[in-house]
Amino acid sequence: MDLASISFLILAAILVGSALAVVLMNNIVRAALFLAALFGAASGIYVLLNADFIAIVQILVYAGAVTILILFSIMLTQNPNSKNSNPGNHQWVIAALIALGLCAAIVFSFAQNSAIANGAGNAVTAASTNNTVVIGNLLYSPTTYSYVLPFEIASLVLLVAIVGAIVIGRED
Amino acid sequence: MLLTLNSFLILGAVLFCIGLFGALSKRNAVSVLMGIEIMLNAVNITLVAFASSSTGTAHGARLTGQIFAIFIITVAAAEAAVALAMIIAIYRRRNSVDVSEINMMKW
Repeated sequence: MDLASISFLILAAILVGSALAVVLMNNIVRAALFLAALFGAASGIYVLLNADFIAIVQILVYAGAVTILILFSIMLTQNPNSKNSNPGNHQWVIAALIALGLCAAIVFSFAQNSAIANGAGNAVTAASTNNTVVIGNLLYSPTTYSYVLPFEIASLVLLVAIVGAIVIGRED
Repeated sequence: MLLTLNSFLILGAVLFCIGLFGALSKRNAVSVLMGIEIMLNAVNITLVAFASSSTGTAHGARLTGQIFAIFIITVAAAEAAVALAMIIAIYRRRNSVDVSEINMMKW
């Protein structure tokens, strides 16, 4: 057991545990706070995978912004008369069956795929260069092959989403 | 235990299924959104794991998965903003965020 394996096991336990807590908690505010813990543990997984830029973005966008948005909307839509603020619906048995079946199917297909099962991409290589520089070049570079056009489209999507959220959410 | 691509893929699959269960089995609309966020995170973990185990040599081949993860984070943020605005608008109109009671678009 090296350090990476131990930290992976700890992070995976936090991730699965807090995901189950988000899904099963009766109090929705606690569920949202466990969601923040899940986002933090996911950024730890990204650090393990040498994706330091994604890890920071994950903390900024998910643990920072999305959690606050969700907490605010819970605050604005809380019905004070209800004891159970996070109720399940009557189809939860079917939902559990579908989720378990999908999980079994995916894990089975991993076991069948010899390339993955034998560890052909034997994973988690040490970082040789600074990932952030390469990501910056891949996103913005105008001369070499890069993702400039998808990047611009993504910024347009964000603009439309912000304007749409304001228009939908304002009082009329 | 050696840390392989497989362990990250199975972690992503388990998280995705937990999120799917949450999105399917909850009545509060905010809870459904939280389930979807868990699913998006699981997909991101899978993409970054594939990127870091990639052995491609072409320009940027090893980081394409991470670029995809950045775009997914962008779209997820936009989706969360619009969805929460809609939830608040519905709450103002119906005084409830129970997805089984919201049937304005049913005929």
